[in-house]
Amino acid sequence: MPAVQETVERVKRIDVDQYRYGFETLIESDKAPKGLSEDTVRFISAKKSEPAWMLEWRLEAYRRWLTMTEPTWARVNYPKIDYQDIYYYAAPKPKKTLSSIDEIDPEILKTYEKLGIPLREVAILEGVEPPPGGEPSANRKIAVDAVFDSVSVATTFQKELKAAGVIFMPISEAIREHPELVKKYLGSVVPTSDNYFATLNSAVFSDGSFVYVPPGVRCPMELSTYFRINERNTGQFERTLIIADKGSYVSYLEGCTAPQRDENQLHAAVVELVALDDAEIKYSTVQNWYPGNSEGLGGIYNFVTKRGDCRGNHSKISWTQVETGSAITWKYPSCILRGDNSRGEFYSIAISNGHQQVDSGTKMLHLGKNTSSRIISKGIAAGVSQNTYRGLVTAHRKATGARNYTACDSLLIGDKCGAHTVPYVEAKNSSATFEHEATTSKISEDVLFYCTQRGLSQEEAVGLVVNGFVKDVLQQLPMEFAVEAQKLISISLEGSVG
Amino acid sequence: MSLLEVKDLKVRVEEREILHGLTLTVNPGEVHAIMGPNGSGKSTLSHVIAGKPGYEVTDGQILFRGEDLLEMDPDERAAKGVFLAFQYPVEIPGVATMNFLRTALNAQRKARGESEFSTPDFLKKVREVAKSLNIPQDMLKRGVNVGFSGGEKKRNEILQMALFEPAVCILDEMDSGLDIDALRIAADGVNALRSPDRAMVVITHYQRLLNYIVPDFVHVMSKGRVVKSGGKDLALELEASGYTQFEDAA
Repeated sequence: MPAVQETVERVKRIDVDQYRYGFETLIESDKAPKGLSEDTVRFISAKKSEPAWMLEWRLEAYRRWLTMTEPTWARVNYPKIDYQDIYYYAAPKPKKTLSSIDEIDPEILKTYEKLGIPLREVAILEGVEPPPGGEPSANRKIAVDAVFDSVSVATTFQKELKAAGVIFMPISEAIREHPELVKKYLGSVVPTSDNYFATLNSAVFSDGSFVYVPPGVRCPMELSTYFRINERNTGQFERTLIIADKGSYVSYLEGCTAPQRDENQLHAAVVELVALDDAEIKYSTVQNWYPGNSEGLGGIYNFVTKRGDCRGNHSKISWTQVETGSAITWKYPSCILRGDNSRGEFYSIAISNGHQQVDSGTKMLHLGKNTSSRIISKGIAAGVSQNTYRGLVTAHRKATGARNYTACDSLLIGDKCGAHTVPYVEAKNSSATFEHEATTSKISEDVLFYCTQRGLSQEEAVGLVVNGFVKDVLQQLPMEFAVEAQKLISISLEGSVG
Repeated sequence: MSLLEVKDLKVRVEEREILHGLTLTVNPGEVHAIMGPNGSGKSTLSHVIAGKPGYEVTDGQILFRGEDLLEMDPDERAAKGVFLAFQYPVEIPGVATMNFLRTALNAQRKARGESEFSTPDFLKKVREVAKSLNIPQDMLKRGVNVGFSGGEKKRNEILQMALFEPAVCILDEMDSGLDIDALRIAADGVNALRSPDRAMVVITHYQRLLNYIVPDFVHVMSKGRVVKSGGKDLALELEASGYTQFEDAA
């Protein structure tokens, strides 16, 4: 198992500062005044040179948000957030209009280099190493729409995507260039009134990605976005909208890392997916926001609303996530199975260590006929963390032949952590077939002793057992991502045993 | 120098003394059988030699080629050549047996400063050994011990023993849960590994196993001590007279 070996070596290199991505880039920034008001919303909208309808949309969301209260039902605890003590917008100062990647601030490029992100086209074309034992991936392409501190600073592969008719751009640009598409779909899956954090996002979102795949087009490459929180006290409010028109296919990768902080940082993203007839969207996430230090201080608060709408018949949406970071994770990527014969999938690995708190899961809402869904959730809890799976599966009364299979497995490392499974199942149609399986296990001393007796160190043993546990989900990720994710999992669990 | 020397070993588990001064000397090429009733401390001895956590050594020594084994972590002992065939091998779901074998073997080789096996060399070696133990290829693709029968689990232990080529093999109740055919296959596998450089310590409750793996020495344990040692005939004697006499002696 060479990947495991590699992981161990990488873990060993991390000595004092466990969080490798904890560095800060010194670039001048352009901040909105602290706090949230109509003026803040207007400031952001003006910064983005948005049309009037967009400002109105934001203001409506803001006014709505004022009437809402923060939800408390999740199994997470954190000090009250002072929403007036947060900066809602920060952007690197544009020095001039960029015509090529070479013109990007070298500081920013350096940041990406440290993260190992192949931003330059050369790196993308040649730099992706084939995973050990895996298929050579030299020919695979990934387009990166890099979101740096709320503003997209570089977009690659635009030409090739353009030739295929695929639109992949920062959403701020899409609002200006494709208002008809944005108007039609923005907020159509996650309405501005949806929930406290989504509504907040609707009012103040700074940037994010926009993807439109035209009918019958198979997107020629994996689309990828890397997010990065950089400004102190700056909440990140990303907004992503992906539309797969009839008979199209797109695979989208999202990865996150964040610099080390002492203060908590709020992150409330919204992702909306729309799949029309016979379309398929595959959305993969590797999330590694700063989880806080060993005493539980700092770390990102991650309140995310992700929802996909299988609007067309025979459409399919698949969510795959590897969650290793954040002090608090509140996230339920969901599928609305509206079209007949549509299918939703959710594959998740959620890891909590130290003082992390995870409350994550999914919702599968069966509305159309003969819809099916599959949920595979793997929760791993170590340290003094709490890890909750919360899932909802419903069948509407007209959803004849709805089928769901759910498997929730939890793995505990040590005896001070907790794993919880909270499934909600509602079938209003008697023909629905819903299956739910759940297991909780522990990495026992006997297993560790067996492995160490065969020559593995404690850390290698834990890595091996964990990799075995999450195998089903890792297989769902695109190859390059799977290798990265496997490394991340081992790093996240460093020092959890012995 | 002896291969393995256990000197006046005293071991406690949760304040209760299990071994009260046990002494055992094993030289290369020798096969020692340790017999005794349940609760005599046989398994404790095997666990302490291999380094299982949870045991407190209060007195005595364990030397391996003159080195203090008690100072080493279990994986260091494994790399030095100490192998324990478990009475109850654990299951590791999602980890293919083949991967496990390779990861473990290469970890040991690396710890010894040897080069790692290349994939073709490794596969060749595994296939040869597996064939001799009547282990089908598809078993190697399954998760470690997951869904294995009792006999398959024991054969998997012997497969690892053959692959790792340890200097001393401790077989903990290898015969438990095996029918006579499975026992014969396992014993044949063990016998094939007997060599002038390698020693074996066979822990068993019953004499039956010793018909297949014939020992050079037999030790009887009772209440945490070796109460009698002798040649292979001692096992037969025990079969006839039982352990009761030794319990009185202890």
